[in-house]
Amino acid sequence: MLHTVNKSPFEKNSLQTCLRLSQPGSSILLIEDGIYGALKGSDAAANITEHMQERRFYVLGPDLKARGIDKSRLIDGIEIVDYDGFVKLAVEEPKVQSWM
Amino acid sequence: MKFSVVVNEGPYTHQASDSAYYFTRAVLSQGHEVMRVFFYHDGVNNGTRLTTPPQDDRNITNRWSDLGKEHNLDLVVCVAAAQRRGIVDEDEQKRNSKDTNNIADGFRISGLGQLIEAGIQSDRLVAFGD
Repeated sequence: MLHTVNKSPFEKNSLQTCLRLSQPGSSILLIEDGIYGALKGSDAAANITEHMQERRFYVLGPDLKARGIDKSRLIDGIEIVDYDGFVKLAVEEPKVQSWM
Repeated sequence: MKFSVVVNEGPYTHQASDSAYYFTRAVLSQGHEVMRVFFYHDGVNNGTRLTTPPQDDRNITNRWSDLGKEHNLDLVVCVAAAQRRGIVDEDEQKRNSKDTNNIADGFRISGLGQLIEAGIQSDRLVAFGD
């Protein structure tokens, strides 16, 4: 299943809820302000690093760029996709769940 | 593959309407079908033709109308959410005795059943919003 998270973990607990309820093997795509969850060394980084073994993490490149964040600042192992990549993930995974 | 998209947020609010638009475009460019785009809650505000953003800003409503025309999209505005927020087509204008209507080109007003139908008949339903 593909989960999208569009809220910053510093604003809402959507990412934590998503991680608590998503099954191992899920793909999680951070979009809009959700991309702040992907920052290396932040207070919220453990959310993702603790789940990297059993989940795949992606961020939406255009939303990263819109916020002036370079890929060097992301947690290692997170993949950057564009909107075409977003669509491909939605096709590959049997369902899409949006966490807002 | 058949997609439907839900937009729960108004234009120029945060980013959901833009994200939904770019996602829908990417879906179409990869040769997939978009069965319906359903505008719900504040998302109905995407469907007023009276929108007049500054000239150097994107016109979110016209962008949806143009994409709809180009790809023959079914752009559906939820009737109950629309009535609360003053989004009116000709039928609703008559039914509620209003002096005008404001639905944008290519949009239509219908019920929540259209969202349920889109969820059942599409392979993927993707929601954007707050």
